[in-house]
Amino acid sequence: MTALDHNAAIPNAVPSGPTGPTKPILSVRDLVVHFPVRGRGLLGRTKGTVHAVCDVSFEIYPGETLGLVGESGCGKSTTSRAVLGLRRATSGQVVFEEQDIAELSANRLRRLRRQMQIVFQDPMASLDPRLTVHEIIAEPLRIHRLHAADRARYVADLMQTVGLNSEHGNRYPHEFSGGQRQRIGIARALALEPKLLVLDEPVSALDVSIQAGVVNLLEDLQRRLGLAYLFVAHDLSVVRHVADRVAVMYLGRIVETGKSEELFANPAHPYTQALISAIPIPDPRKERARRRIVVSGEMPSPTDPPSGCRFRTRCPLFANRLDDSERTRCQQEVPELAERGQGHPVACHFAEAVPVL
Amino acid sequence: MTTELTAGTPAADESADVLVVEDLTVSFPTDDGPVQAVRGVSYRLREREILGIVGESGSGKSVTSMAIMGLLPRSARITGSIRFRGQELVGLRESGLNKLRGSKIAMIFQDPMTSLNPVYTIGYQLAETILAHNNVSKAQARKRSVELLDAVGIPNPGQRVDSYPHELSGGVRQRVVIAIAMANRPDVIIADEPTTALDVTVQSQVLDALRTAQQETGAAMVLITHDLGVVAGQADRVLVMYAGKPVEIGDVEDIYYRPRMPYTMGLLGSVPRLDAGRSRRLLPILGSPPSLLNLPAGCPFTPRCPMARDRCETEEPALTDATSRRHRAACHFSEELADVRPHDLFAPTAEGDLP
Repeated sequence: MTALDHNAAIPNAVPSGPTGPTKPILSVRDLVVHFPVRGRGLLGRTKGTVHAVCDVSFEIYPGETLGLVGESGCGKSTTSRAVLGLRRATSGQVVFEEQDIAELSANRLRRLRRQMQIVFQDPMASLDPRLTVHEIIAEPLRIHRLHAADRARYVADLMQTVGLNSEHGNRYPHEFSGGQRQRIGIARALALEPKLLVLDEPVSALDVSIQAGVVNLLEDLQRRLGLAYLFVAHDLSVVRHVADRVAVMYLGRIVETGKSEELFANPAHPYTQALISAIPIPDPRKERARRRIVVSGEMPSPTDPPSGCRFRTRCPLFANRLDDSERTRCQQEVPELAERGQGHPVACHFAEAVPVL
Repeated sequence: MTTELTAGTPAADESADVLVVEDLTVSFPTDDGPVQAVRGVSYRLREREILGIVGESGSGKSVTSMAIMGLLPRSARITGSIRFRGQELVGLRESGLNKLRGSKIAMIFQDPMTSLNPVYTIGYQLAETILAHNNVSKAQARKRSVELLDAVGIPNPGQRVDSYPHELSGGVRQRVVIAIAMANRPDVIIADEPTTALDVTVQSQVLDALRTAQQETGAAMVLITHDLGVVAGQADRVLVMYAGKPVEIGDVEDIYYRPRMPYTMGLLGSVPRLDAGRSRRLLPILGSPPSLLNLPAGCPFTPRCPMARDRCETEEPALTDATSRRHRAACHFSEELADVRPHDLFAPTAEGDLP
């Protein structure tokens, strides 16, 4: 904990928790991101569209963590890129502190980006191997022309804040272990004193004994600095641990969202139920006594998503429990993400909360 | 040492052990000197049992299995003994290994594309495995291929058999690899991180297929993984590796409910659990695993161990009986862990990876 006492470098410490101010720091409204699929050749014509993100809406409040979860290809990373303005939205809005980022000039957007930073999954791929750690952490400061006078001291403080030895500033990334490299990435993200951090699978490349320290660091930083996190991950165990609220994505859509405790205690969408029941628990007796909700097959291609409910092709409810007229409804009518008497919004016509754990 | 781990059970004689690994060491020469990747691994795999091997990156869990399969590069120096049904595998020629590999001992890797050939159909590759070790016609081999695909839960196996690997998803590819592994009814299946690259809903399908393969063939299985949840659900016994050596071995409940080695306890304390809420803070293990180049004397876990004392720095502990003869741990002070829980030993700090 000693490292965190050196947070003189970061003056905007706001002691606010998830129940703090009521204005969201980030609102995503009806976000749609499509990618064209082009044919071969120089003049390749558009052959189809990848429906990567479809009508996604959520809000993040200062000091809170929203966990965005789902399996590969569900659109969670594309959503996070669109939030940062790294990916243009096809339609919909990303509103950061009451400013629609699509309406900002490149110059204004760049200034706004100070407020929202990203930590990537693979620290080795996101750190320039030819720069020293000091240069890496100072790079955003150089670009934004900040802390010119006291840069060395500021960077050293940041290193201590994330639990790195500040005397190691002239070393290169390869001289550090995986967990330390991820701390370098976090220090770089903190350098501009952001209000929102997008954490894209920040610990999934790390061994468990190392991962725990980085998770704890992220929790401490949030408490000390009042940061908001968009925590993108496939590992529900980690998400349960860090998130205040959770949004579950499947094939580009949010299928269920709610407070973390509530969603894990009473998942109401068959996909959420299957996802939770598929995560192994490191406890032999509990793990062997569990009931699995099995989904068949794998995620269909987002170039041609199923009509109606996108999950119906794999849904155990659809396959085993619904009658023909109910199935027709799943095929024809897109289930809205709405409160359906389950305590939180869920996008299933036949939602029913079932405790799975 | 012949009675270790099996003494006291009805199947105490060596005939019940399909695979016996004894004091296996593997080192690789590098410009900076030899890297001791495996520093003395011993275990016995009994008929039909599932042995889970857990450990973090670089603990030597995969190198051990590659040594069993004879898949290490020529530069690797291997000592010790690996016996499959009494037959010594260390030093066995390639021709001798080829008789065993894919028939008596099968291996499943993390990435199915490392085992599947992209230019042949999966039916061809299944039939190839069957024909290599059995005197059957091509038509019979094809029929068996379809049966195998069906057994691992692949829908429409009659059509899928003519697919190329690139036409299949990751989960289906891994099930094809499992089908190939079970094709010749092996006695041992070695699965090295078989579900690590897969999404969780697909992971549970593949684990089911693996279970089917093990039960239908009656094989014993070595399941190598870093996922403590997967091991908890699948394994009969568990071997925990650290810095190239087993540090604890025992029945799955011994390891999870009565760990007697601080590293095992640290692993259990550091893993986030789906059945625990936010209130439970994770307990990292400080520092990182040691370099296997010039490993210092003493217990390799000493720099990270909250219980370490002077003796730990000079004397490396051997595996000795912990709670029973079947449960062994490598710690000088393992009896002190009897009533200790992870949070008694490890601090919930935000550090955990100091140099």
